[in-house]
Amino acid sequence: MQQTIKAEIKEFPLFEGQQTYERITDQITSIPMERHPMAWTIMFGLGLIGAFALLMALVYLVAVGTGIWGINQPVAWGFAIINFVWWIGIGHAGTLISAILLLLRQTWRMSINRFAEAMTIFAVMCAGIFPLFHTGRPWVAYWLFPIPNWLAMWPQFRSPLEWDVWAVSTYFTVSVLFWYMGLIPDLAKMRDRAKSQISRVLNGIFALGWRNSAIHWMRWEQAYLLLAGLSTPLVLSVHSIVSLDFAISIVPGWHVTIFPPYFVAGAIFSGFAMVLTLVIPFRILYPKLKDYITMNHIDWMAKVMLATGWIVFYGYLCEMFFGWYSGNQFEQFLVVNRFFGPYWAAYWALIFCNGIVPQLLWSPKIRQNLLVLFIISIIVNIGMWFERFVIVVMSLHRDFTPSAWGMYTPTINDWWLYLGTIGFFIMMMFVFARFIPMLAVAELKELWYKLYHGHNGHGGAHAHESKPTAPVPQGGGQ
Amino acid sequence: MAHAETTPKLYGIMAEFETPDQLLEAARRTREAGYRKFDCYTPFPIHGLTAAMGVKEAKVPWTVFTMGLLGAIGAFSLQAWTNLVDYPLNVAGRDLLSWPYFIPITFEGMVLAAAFGAFFGTHIYNRMLTYYHPVFNVPQFARASSDRFFVCIESQDPNFDRNKVYEFLQSLNPISIAEVPE
Repeated sequence: MQQTIKAEIKEFPLFEGQQTYERITDQITSIPMERHPMAWTIMFGLGLIGAFALLMALVYLVAVGTGIWGINQPVAWGFAIINFVWWIGIGHAGTLISAILLLLRQTWRMSINRFAEAMTIFAVMCAGIFPLFHTGRPWVAYWLFPIPNWLAMWPQFRSPLEWDVWAVSTYFTVSVLFWYMGLIPDLAKMRDRAKSQISRVLNGIFALGWRNSAIHWMRWEQAYLLLAGLSTPLVLSVHSIVSLDFAISIVPGWHVTIFPPYFVAGAIFSGFAMVLTLVIPFRILYPKLKDYITMNHIDWMAKVMLATGWIVFYGYLCEMFFGWYSGNQFEQFLVVNRFFGPYWAAYWALIFCNGIVPQLLWSPKIRQNLLVLFIISIIVNIGMWFERFVIVVMSLHRDFTPSAWGMYTPTINDWWLYLGTIGFFIMMMFVFARFIPMLAVAELKELWYKLYHGHNGHGGAHAHESKPTAPVPQGGGQ
Repeated sequence: MAHAETTPKLYGIMAEFETPDQLLEAARRTREAGYRKFDCYTPFPIHGLTAAMGVKEAKVPWTVFTMGLLGAIGAFSLQAWTNLVDYPLNVAGRDLLSWPYFIPITFEGMVLAAAFGAFFGTHIYNRMLTYYHPVFNVPQFARASSDRFFVCIESQDPNFDRNKVYEFLQSLNPISIAEVPE
């Protein structure tokens, strides 16, 4: 087992360049301490403008009400729910990478988990904004939590919308804890290497006094693994519950048993697309990352995207089949309406973006071409947005009685808010890059030790430390 | 902590190594030499190190388990109590205790509490937030977070004898040995 892993590693190295423990620490922790490229300022500025747009959109919304949006009867769930599901889905890849790939012992996750988890946290922040303000009265959002109040009112615990509140808030909390847990040792590294007093003090405060003790590491590892074990069913539950918001109703196109797995696959698909969208430019901006996020990593991410893309496409086929097989005229009409109805363009855009374009990833050449890959990842992001548009709007605008039919057109305020969250997300990603080690240094070093200096002797062709002094100890099996 | 007579007070004596394998060997030998109050410091978790040190502990997993159990029980009871006792609402004679509908929130409550248990449990057991620690007094210790591996035999060990510990650590072939002032 160990041998085959080593053989694979030789063929697909996880590290580039001549590595030592010191160099790994140095390269990654030095990024926040150095001058940042001009592009950082530009991107942060753009993000900041977006974040202000978001703020203004929200102020206007609270002042005037949800009437400024395009929502109406019958389409009461417009952009708010589309964007909520879109952002939550993007977040899921981070948890997949950090938790599920950890449990599956996929060593290549070590290079991208910190980055992807940060993406998760910021994406969930963006997601949370939408349902919160879609309630119309966000100042009484605490009614969603079981807090005793003068109305003697409890939340409806039997409603998937209430499950959603629990699922998303738990998901956010656990993601933050998991991320911070992994970050503490690296902040200690920043503290020990800081050049300025401010950096030393601030990193020191957030490192909580971490001193690299073996006993602390043991507890840290236990907790980290357990958090991964908890996050794995959690992430599956979150998007399953999001899908139950739809599936528990009887609206045509929503009342389908395939929704939970189909939503989860779509979430991972879109999340990997977003990781690629971010990683490719960040690698260019910070060339030091190239030694750790190698072309092999990018290749594997593209493959995961291709695989999950097929699961999602299978979901589309199933929806057509269910529509036909249900024998229910409303369901059958929905399928036809998707193909040829007033929103046909959205449906075919979805098939094009999520069904056809990802097939390019079969070609190894394209998986190595960063520009094409970047464009594909953007197209998949757009495609996944259309998927949610198709699900939300197409089912609602043509429901049971033709007299209740309507159309939905997003207003400028919808777009403003949506683009604002994208700006906020970009801003947060760049703030993250500015202050926090972007890769998990301790985990990378552990991986490097395991791969090249483990108990089976020395293996690496690429990375090799000069002094293999001590004889191999038979320390502990555990 | 008792007031010792020595000035300055000694927290322990620390040896520095260059590779994880050397440290594993050192930890094993320190344990075999009869020392019990000692700790290792490494830039990353090393598999088998605590086993070599003879440390075995499962406090964190048990905390997580207990917290998870409490979270699940708490979340379920909350839903059952509000629906059965505090505000029973008869909707066309449907079951008040419709437990399958309570499962998702029970699950989320379990995960939330267990995750808090994992995070805060670890840091409470590790006595985190103690920003001052004697080991930081050793200048080369800053490299414990980068590329050096340390073992520190503490003065509280019953077998601690300054000269003997010094000699013993010397026999492990470290790069450097340093006294750790309190």
